[in-house]
Amino acid sequence: MDKKEERELAQRLVAEITALAETTGRKLRFMEVCGTHTVAIFRAGIRQLLPANVELVSGPGCPVCVTPDDYMDKAIAYAQHPEVIITTFGDMLKVPGTKSSLSEAKTNGADIRIVYSPLDSIQIAKDNPDKKVVFLAVGFETTAPTAAATVLAAEQQGVKNLFMLSAQKLVPPVMEALLSDEQVHVDGFILPGHVSVVTGTGIYEPIVQNYHVPGVVTGFEPLQILRALYRLVKQVAKGEAKVENEYEDVVRPEGNPVSQRITDTVYEAADTGWRGMGIVPLSGLRMRAEYAAFDIEQVMPLPAGELPPAKKTACRCGEVLRGIVTPQDCPLFGKACVPTHAIGPCMVSVEGVCAAWFKYGQGRFEYGK
Amino acid sequence: MVSDKVTLAHGAGGKMSQELMEEVILPAYGNPLLEEMHDGAQVQMNGQVAFTTDSYVVQPLFFAGGNIGKLAVCGTVNDLAMTGAIPRYISAGLIIEEGFPVKDLKEILATMRQMADEAGIYIVTGDTKVVEKGKADGIFINTAGIGDVIHGTHISPKNVKPGMKVILSGYIGDHAAAILAGRHGLTLPDTVKTDCAPLCHMTKAMLEAAPDIAVLRDPTRGGVAAVLNEIAVASDCGLLIDEEALPIHEEVQGVCDILGFDPLYLANEGKCVAFVPADEAQGVLSVMQANKYGRDARIIGEVTETAKGQVGLRTAIGGIRVVDMPLGNLVPRIC
Repeated sequence: MDKKEERELAQRLVAEITALAETTGRKLRFMEVCGTHTVAIFRAGIRQLLPANVELVSGPGCPVCVTPDDYMDKAIAYAQHPEVIITTFGDMLKVPGTKSSLSEAKTNGADIRIVYSPLDSIQIAKDNPDKKVVFLAVGFETTAPTAAATVLAAEQQGVKNLFMLSAQKLVPPVMEALLSDEQVHVDGFILPGHVSVVTGTGIYEPIVQNYHVPGVVTGFEPLQILRALYRLVKQVAKGEAKVENEYEDVVRPEGNPVSQRITDTVYEAADTGWRGMGIVPLSGLRMRAEYAAFDIEQVMPLPAGELPPAKKTACRCGEVLRGIVTPQDCPLFGKACVPTHAIGPCMVSVEGVCAAWFKYGQGRFEYGK
Repeated sequence: MVSDKVTLAHGAGGKMSQELMEEVILPAYGNPLLEEMHDGAQVQMNGQVAFTTDSYVVQPLFFAGGNIGKLAVCGTVNDLAMTGAIPRYISAGLIIEEGFPVKDLKEILATMRQMADEAGIYIVTGDTKVVEKGKADGIFINTAGIGDVIHGTHISPKNVKPGMKVILSGYIGDHAAAILAGRHGLTLPDTVKTDCAPLCHMTKAMLEAAPDIAVLRDPTRGGVAAVLNEIAVASDCGLLIDEEALPIHEEVQGVCDILGFDPLYLANEGKCVAFVPADEAQGVLSVMQANKYGRDARIIGEVTETAKGQVGLRTAIGGIRVVDMPLGNLVPRIC
């Protein structure tokens, strides 16, 4: 399809979304729960195309953003132990904890290394047999299989000095938590493409049915997102609530059973803390008892006094992540908190809601529609 | 006879320096003004003079479609061209790392000569220093240049006014993509190579066709996005660009998708952005398209009264978003 056809198709979809939304006679609010979707929506300028009564809000879809302060504090505390090497994805470095960040710890001499895959940590562990190598395992269903595969590979290769500091999270339980939250209002979900490749579409069925809120799995091209929105509006207009798949080339109903099996071997569901949402039941993964030897928190628990007490901040990331306020409602956004001097994690991560608002000019551009 | 590696003695000012000069540098640059071999060159200028300088530290030194020498001449030629001048003379300062292959040096100098010839300029003065191994990265080059400002032109962002058209001379991101591919070991088709080229003949023709051109800029580091943002701020106007009109090679977009870049922010070394009064836009466009470096020139947007100081992009599907100023160092040592 050439660019002209793409634009025409987009216009047709917007016209149909507008007409269908009109028939509902009310304001509709759809949420994406994937950071890559957030960026794609802003990059394509989709919000500006939609009618006034169709609103898009971003949910807790950026793994860096939803990771709470206390996890960062733990990572920083471990980093300060001389026998520890931290391995992590690069975007965790600048995420603020209560008092400092990994980046600051690194400047002060902590051994923190950026890896592109958790599997790289195995070699680092082999090269440094007298050190404890700790991988910061954060992310959703998409990253859990590689973290689990790393543990299995380390076990198989007899590597005994590689550990996980685990904060793996699960999407469906947090969607459920949002729907149970009285402050949150969502008429439908744009369901994550990458996560669904692993999980399949079936896992969303119970939520969609119990809460009668439609969901559509889709990809990251502008037209795929518009088609998902069209399907969501159509379901709302007809009073339906089902899971639909707009990403059928890639996402299968059953997902990827091999990845699921690897994750299940190492991890089990557990209550987990989310930034701004507190503890959400069974919304994360913890390492099973058989793999306790790879869990740094069990092998080398931090003494109670080593973590700083929680602090108060004007940053409203917690509410932004639930879609209750927009970044512009935060007193820091665009003033004290900008990408070059980010205060909250939503501005730190390139997939963060605040970073996307800022970079693509949401709310500060005068051209309108 | 000069050995096959550059040594510290080649930069010491004695007999070895003279040999390097006579056997490698003079034969490459050779022109009557340089051959005077004074401490500096004496040249004739016509009136108002444009003057610029730039240093080149690109890594790798050789990349698809060019090398550091090509950048060093074209970069300074283009900086003069963008001020509305006809480039005349440039200087070349070489800082060479001990042990640098003389064969590579000869190739770099030959390319500089070739580009100088194409631009219609002379390399009239220069300097060579050699530093210990590990104190430089192969070779660094500084060039400075002077040119005659074309009479009747007045290039300044202050002259940018709402309603003017924004013209881009061709495909964007090729240079940075070639460098990135070289650095990351990506194999790309022959079509993706540096766009590095002297644009002075094209800009001269453009200014002759339309002396009222408000601004000419070459979108090097920071790419088209940086140039547009700078002009939007300096002119206190808004800019609205059409994504559909942006010429981007499919392979360059591919490299960007893999490495997480946006072509709007990638460096170019042979492109020019022009801000032209609307009634002269078609004329300027034809002049550009008649030049081999402007064949794919097109109007990519216009200057607006609203959204002062901001750059908007009409996206392919018809949405609108801001194109922000690049934040930091996206791709270090690109030129």
